[in-house]
Amino acid sequence: MSEELHSVRLVVNGVSHDLRVPARRLLSDALRHDLGLTGTHVGCEHGVCGACTILVDGRATRACLMFAVSAVDTEITTVEGLTNPDGSLGPVQQAFAECHGLQCGFCTPGFLTTITAGLRENPEPTHEEARDMIAGNLCRCTGYQNIVRSVERAAELARDGKGGTPPEQPEPKPGQLRDEDRASDVATTGLGA
Amino acid sequence: MKPAPFAYRRPGSLAAALDALASETNAKVLAGGQSLVPLLSMRLAAPAVLVDINGVPGLAGVEASDAGVRVGALARHADVLASAEARRVQPLLAMALNHVAHPTIRNRGTTVGSIVHADAAAEMPVVLTLLGGSVDVESVSGRRTIAAEDLYLGPLESAVRPDEIAVSAFFPALAPGAGVAFDEIARRHGDYALCGVAALVRVEGDRIVEAKAGYLSVSELPTVVDLTDVLAGHVVSTGSTTDTALAAAGEEALARLDPADDIHATAAYRAQLARVLTARVLRAAYDDAIARSSSTTEGIS
Repeated sequence: MSEELHSVRLVVNGVSHDLRVPARRLLSDALRHDLGLTGTHVGCEHGVCGACTILVDGRATRACLMFAVSAVDTEITTVEGLTNPDGSLGPVQQAFAECHGLQCGFCTPGFLTTITAGLRENPEPTHEEARDMIAGNLCRCTGYQNIVRSVERAAELARDGKGGTPPEQPEPKPGQLRDEDRASDVATTGLGA
Repeated sequence: MKPAPFAYRRPGSLAAALDALASETNAKVLAGGQSLVPLLSMRLAAPAVLVDINGVPGLAGVEASDAGVRVGALARHADVLASAEARRVQPLLAMALNHVAHPTIRNRGTTVGSIVHADAAAEMPVVLTLLGGSVDVESVSGRRTIAAEDLYLGPLESAVRPDEIAVSAFFPALAPGAGVAFDEIARRHGDYALCGVAALVRVEGDRIVEAKAGYLSVSELPTVVDLTDVLAGHVVSTGSTTDTALAAAGEEALARLDPADDIHATAAYRAQLARVLTARVLRAAYDDAIARSSSTTEGIS
């Protein structure tokens, strides 16, 4: 017996997609496998790690704890939808690039979406609130310090109207990445792609 | 880590949802899914049918009145937490909700779903039990109200029948002279607590006339211990870190609890947490009661 398929229309980053999926298709898998939006990462797949966090009607939500069939009549934003309309990095992405808020990058999409929603709710977080904002996301590389700095920097950038002014930086030593190099590096490792 | 296949229904009305539950065997209601989906993914549960009530209108309300707060089946924890009226009528709701998982989970998870999921490690079942609240359930044969004290039968087992949908939960308002408090110890903020305590203290003047404490993650069921006998007439000393009567209340509570070992905490450690948290949370609830009654008096004068 083949499994019953359901017709579902998902609106992701402003684009409508019609797909046919079994009821048990997790939203995270629908995004990645059916729609090819592999920016949403899947870590623990039971709601603990936060890597798969997306925005559902603007609210940060675990994509692994929803079925695709339940996501009808919602507007979904994934990490791919966080770039500016001109394709440049959005404020939270820009802040991560500037503050070295990522290392391997696996957890990063979940942090970016969580912080995007968090800053909408609280545009001027204190240091403690910035820490609290990311308490539901796990990162095994950074030790979190630079992610907290990224939250605070993203708040500044968003206040200044997106791009903001990059912090002053000395001429790079040979072999050292410039910020713009790092940004393009970020863009090709799944953050902006 | 993928759920077993199931049939899926998404009814557009409560009547259709109840019909679906009545006609299917081994069906399960899906609301927020923040506990159910992991259980399905780990294949600890494999219902034949999921009845998704997210398309049912009229279930998402958070209504506060002088009598209390009624929370609909589709109200997310975040909606209840954001309700200033709910916070005013029954402040224990917001105090406890701040400890329910992380904000991302609270955005999707429902308060009523958490209550009928009947996890003794969850906050809201204890809050409902401590306050003497109730759950309204509906099936094709009608509606009934289940008092919190009759709701919990065993670990993850509630008195809600398989053909019933819990449509709302009711939390009574804070009584005059009463104060509340909540605290828990978890390894990481937002994780399941090793031990959590909610307390309700009612005073007349500065003397305690009623004191109760509710415990999560200590026993197999959400457990409420009445400590009025130990604390009646007591005036909690201010400024001192130790209060003999509160410490005695902690010991008395522990005598009626049976903390268990698990991989996160030994029974002895959990008992120590319950002992310390009981005194701490009772003191906070007492202070809350005193603060509220003095602000009421000021309001009148």
